Amino acid sequence: MSELETFRAEARAWLEENCPAEMRTPAKGDEDICWGGRNFVFQSEAQKLWLERCVAKGYTVPDWPKAYGGAGLSPQETKVLRQEMAKLGCRSPLNSFGIWMLGPALLKFGTEEQKVHYMGQIARGEIRWCQGYSEPGSGSDLVSMQTFGEDKGDHWVVNGQKIWTSYADKADWIFCLVRTDKTNKYQGISFLLFDMETPGVTTKPIKLISGNSPFCETFFDNVVVPKHQIVGELNRGWDVAKYLLGHEREMISGMGGDGGVTSIGAAMKAVLSEEPVLRAQMALFDVENLTFRAHGERFMDEWKTGKAHPAYSNLMKYVGTELNKKRNELVMSIGGTQALEWESERSNGGSKARNWLRTKANSIEGGTSEVMLNVVSKRILEMPGA
Amino acid sequence: MAMTLNDDQNMLRESARDFMASEAPVTHFRKFRDMGCKDGFSHGLWKQFAEMGFTGILIPEAEGGMGMGQIEAGIVLEEIGRNLSPSPFLTTSVAAVEALRLADKAMRDRWFPGILAGETVIGIAIEEGVKHRPEKIACVAERSGNGFKLTGHKQFVVQGTSSDMLIVAARTAGAVGETDGLTLFAVDKDAAGLSMEAARLVDSAMAAHVKLEGVQVNADAVIGDVDGGWAVLSKMLDAGRVGAAAEMVGVGTGAMDMTFDYLKTRKQFDRVIGEFQALQHRAAHLYGEMEGARSIVLKAQSLMDEGHAKAELYVAAAKAKAGLACNLAVREGVQMHGGIGMTDEYDIGLYMKRDRGLNEFFGDAYYHADRVATMNGY
Repeated sequence: MSELETFRAEARAWLEENCPAEMRTPAKGDEDICWGGRNFVFQSEAQKLWLERCVAKGYTVPDWPKAYGGAGLSPQETKVLRQEMAKLGCRSPLNSFGIWMLGPALLKFGTEEQKVHYMGQIARGEIRWCQGYSEPGSGSDLVSMQTFGEDKGDHWVVNGQKIWTSYADKADWIFCLVRTDKTNKYQGISFLLFDMETPGVTTKPIKLISGNSPFCETFFDNVVVPKHQIVGELNRGWDVAKYLLGHEREMISGMGGDGGVTSIGAAMKAVLSEEPVLRAQMALFDVENLTFRAHGERFMDEWKTGKAHPAYSNLMKYVGTELNKKRNELVMSIGGTQALEWESERSNGGSKARNWLRTKANSIEGGTSEVMLNVVSKRILEMPGA
Repeated sequence: MAMTLNDDQNMLRESARDFMASEAPVTHFRKFRDMGCKDGFSHGLWKQFAEMGFTGILIPEAEGGMGMGQIEAGIVLEEIGRNLSPSPFLTTSVAAVEALRLADKAMRDRWFPGILAGETVIGIAIEEGVKHRPEKIACVAERSGNGFKLTGHKQFVVQGTSSDMLIVAARTAGAVGETDGLTLFAVDKDAAGLSMEAARLVDSAMAAHVKLEGVQVNADAVIGDVDGGWAVLSKMLDAGRVGAAAEMVGVGTGAMDMTFDYLKTRKQFDRVIGEFQALQHRAAHLYGEMEGARSIVLKAQSLMDEGHAKAELYVAAAKAKAGLACNLAVREGVQMHGGIGMTDEYDIGLYMKRDRGLNEFFGDAYYHADRVATMNGY
């Protein structure tokens, strides 16, 4: 047996022994997802136990180094672990922007002290993070942001406003882009970390077309941030932000493995067999879906071996998010009038309609499709012009 | 396996790329087109293919070939597509060899040497209507003497009149529409009762209409099992489909690269037109489509080479996706070239014609999307 297959057997045995039966059923809604943090209320003893066991094993962040709370697994081992988790139907023990976004940025730009402290907290699910990037006047043109940190010697005093801050009302800390030099557009931004309980921080949820409020407006009124809470160099926060965005796009595109290949068509056979045009749309969608999964797999294999173009994740973000929107349009069409129901138990609280509306943000958040196409065109295809 | 080419495959790609670009570039295709060549390809080039080892790429090493798989055949096909190099490679070295690999030793010994030498061409006689419907084969093979007597007609037999042998699918049992009861036959092109009419296609390839009027073949002409031909036929078709998909990746990429070069040089309104965002977004979208096609084709090839149970699903998806993406590439290509894209002198229109032919070959994108739906359970 190869080393990888030995690992697979071990991982499977560990999962079978340690993942509670209740955690092997699909999450029904957002409340079944463990986000961790100071104020998180566990929905069940099993949810708490599953997190604790994964924390002890390093499996909340399996590919992070052991020193920072991970299990130190190789990319191949991580892939195998995820495959085995998928086979058993294990829920993710911990979801967090700390794991997906801040952690990788700290690993690249953080000091040793920051890695041990912050990454450790993230791995243990102790601190829930939110991301402060966009501002009301700075969407696609993010670098025009104005939130300002005034230098006061051993600390900054931050004033300004962020928008589209995911779960800011539930987060414990924020990683935030703050202008520290008004004279330099790109090299005048710093990447700061601070506690959302710091005096002067307030949040206000934004109600979306889905009826839910996953995003907030976040206001900073003379917020004091100590100097040691900066990641990377002063005024070089844009480098960190760009890296993090790249990682985010890579993550969106790399949801691969065998995940998502199963067609939603089979379950909808009764409707599709009576509507040939809708069935045809579904069939063409399945072709695109299989294509995207193969594309993601190929991208990840090239990325890991350094063969992918550095801007390639922008392409994957564009393709993946447009595909997800298309999927939800089909789900709505196939669901018919029942998918229109907004509150009933029959419709699981309008989950289809709400998910459909939520996906419309996919091609806006994290860089719009139009910006992605600009980047692909200029950086990969090397088209001329500004 | 990893979805990247290994060192050997990269080397093969380099040599195939150099070979096609120097020996069979678009000017070569034009030369044979303009002389009204009755074969639609050069026998000299086919010999050169043999010298490179390409003709026997799928023939087992023990039988003198290179013993490689669909990924390697696809590498050669992509370069063929990029250069519009006319040859019997797809039908003879990919589809026919895939079927013959499942035939008995006598049959392999009869045909492999000629293929390896670049002397033999094999036609695939499957289609009977204007669209790909392999299960609707109506051509009949009745038991007769020591073998069978074939009666019916075939069409879209690519390079049929240049072929030494035709692989003919005929019904030995069952009703039209059933997959059981089909049998594959190797029919000599000079067999009594067999006649062909060559037709030149839009892409200057030659395809034959074939009449079979009581063509007598011996029992040893059967490839695979009598009545159980669907197994071999499916393999042959899938090899041809994934091969055509790989060639379309080449055609589409060739058209796309040519178009992007044009966007970077053509000036209007005192600007290089590639500066216009309306064109940049379409270019970036097209690039994404071609990258997707390249990925699913590689996935399908590797699953076929592994003998994976999902290979059939991925081959169908690959043929569909490559067809859609390549078609977009040639349409955008002609449009973005503007007026000169409509001229015979400029190459982009030749890519548009080739795409059409390959899209129809062994089932178009809609046919294969329908199969994906069926295999996915709806």
